Amino acid sequence: MFRYIVRRLLQMVLTFFGATFLLYALVFANQKDPIQALVGERPVTESQRIALTQRYHLDEGFFMQYWYYMKGLLTGDFGTSLTGRKIVDMMADAWPVTLRLALIAIVIAATFSVTVGVYSALKRGGLFDNVSLVITLVLLAMPIVVIAPLFQLIFGIQLGWFPPTATRDATVWQLLLPAIVLACIVIAPEMRVTRTSVVENLRADYVRTARAKGLTRMRVIWVHVLRNSLIPVVTLIGVDLGGLMAGAIVTEHVFNIPGVGFNLARAIRTEDGPLVVGFVSILVILFLFINLLVDLLYAALDPRIRYE
Amino acid sequence: MSDLNTVTAAEAPGGQPNVPHGPVKKDKPRSLAGDAWADLRKRKIFWIAVVLVAVVLVMAAWPTLFTSADPGACALANQYKGATGGALFGFDYQGCDIYAKVIYGARNSITVGVLATLLAGVIGLIFGLSAGYFGGLVDAILSRFIDIMLGVPFLLAGIVLSNRLSSDPKSNGIFAVTLTLGLLSWTTGARVMRSAVISAKNQDYVAAARMLGSPPARLIFRHILPNSIASFIVLLTLLLGINIASEATLSFLGVGLKNGAISWGIMIADGTQFARTEPWPLVWPAIFLGATVLAFIMLGDAVRDAFDPKLR
Repeated sequence: MFRYIVRRLLQMVLTFFGATFLLYALVFANQKDPIQALVGERPVTESQRIALTQRYHLDEGFFMQYWYYMKGLLTGDFGTSLTGRKIVDMMADAWPVTLRLALIAIVIAATFSVTVGVYSALKRGGLFDNVSLVITLVLLAMPIVVIAPLFQLIFGIQLGWFPPTATRDATVWQLLLPAIVLACIVIAPEMRVTRTSVVENLRADYVRTARAKGLTRMRVIWVHVLRNSLIPVVTLIGVDLGGLMAGAIVTEHVFNIPGVGFNLARAIRTEDGPLVVGFVSILVILFLFINLLVDLLYAALDPRIRYE
Repeated sequence: MSDLNTVTAAEAPGGQPNVPHGPVKKDKPRSLAGDAWADLRKRKIFWIAVVLVAVVLVMAAWPTLFTSADPGACALANQYKGATGGALFGFDYQGCDIYAKVIYGARNSITVGVLATLLAGVIGLIFGLSAGYFGGLVDAILSRFIDIMLGVPFLLAGIVLSNRLSSDPKSNGIFAVTLTLGLLSWTTGARVMRSAVISAKNQDYVAAARMLGSPPARLIFRHILPNSIASFIVLLTLLLGINIASEATLSFLGVGLKNGAISWGIMIADGTQFARTEPWPLVWPAIFLGATVLAFIMLGDAVRDAFDPKLR
């Protein structure tokens, strides 16, 4: 187990540097005139040019620039955005909002998909099962650019059940509708996996034993079957976080939520390079750690799984 | 990328396990494809998907069959005017005919989707084949590279890359988006291909062919490839739907198609601005985009189930 974790951590380091390098290269390599981009439309004097060149190490090679950037990043210095704000401060504002949004979405998705998944597994082949399978197919295929504006239009504007946009402090009530939209991305796969794994477990020997012992149907299903069926679902919830992060860009854009996705989308449109690289680097780290955590959780939940 | 994984992980709709495949003729053994076709023919969902896909393809190829209006001919005098004879869906903020624009939008979606998927297919095939066939160091390097690619969330990389590639202010972005999606979406396919090749190359018939003196190229292209490509091709069908959705997403965020190129994503983005008072300019492109992506995903889903009964 220990060796497995060490090996995974080493792989993560490699992936992290590879991914951030690719990103850094995409954003900063072959920029036409970074100083002019920084200053904007105004003319730049020679002395300003020299000062900025030295400050941003523009006279050195691309790899050295990446090295300086990484050195800053790993010591917690993300630099400043082109708007002049410290990127660390912007992250401190944005991350809690997005985390809250993602958390609400995960809770909604898990509750809904487990309940519906178990129920349709029990009524396999029935009307409920078939209808819910068709609905999951539709949800699975619907891109978030379709769901987010339509939900906002229907439930936020036309019916007025939820606030259609969020304000600066993004309360839970304001985040509810966007969280439902985000949950839609992950509900379909989670529900299908729950259904499949409950169906498989219902045929297992231990269920027959439990029934033969005279346990009630409720206890067999909710304690014995569900516990063994949820293992793949837990993994999936972890993996889905990546999808949630991507979905958050569109959702936060549509619902005007001042989170990570919102900041990122704006930073990309205004070509705010440092902001983009900073936010995405943190996202990559988060993504990698969640994947590791999920794999370890998998082993903890299922004693049959051993990592050497 | 993650939504691609979930699509492959998810199970078939209405897929009931162990349904007998009807009377199987005993005298003639059926091929895998023949089996799959016999199975597909009976599925309602497959035929719905085929019809929808066909309609979208016809729309993309011959938009004039559906509308005689010019989608670029907009008159502000028509702003938000309701449906009239030719313009079934009314007019948008700019006074453009929504119906004509939605019909013409299919062409860009399909072009970008198909070309990006082909590019992803070629890259994925080369990576998967080489990693699977050569193994060892080649496999280690290629697999690590794929890991790195998967480390960056797909949409984020897409936004950055697409923005980077379409720096020319006059381009309509079609080339940039196609290249972006192609370069980013091949990873899952490569992994699927790699594992299929690994299991195929250890089969006895490959060993036999090798002993008979087949050169590596013949081994790969005559023996291993035909026996490992089925799930890869099915994956590409699903990927086509996903790439169409991704194009719309990038265009929606303002880093995809631009400068007058018609895209459902841009129409949705424009529609959201005034949806409070005029919902239809938003609703129609959303419905068309949703139905198109749904059709391709349903098709891929059905074909996958037919080719791979184990997943049911």
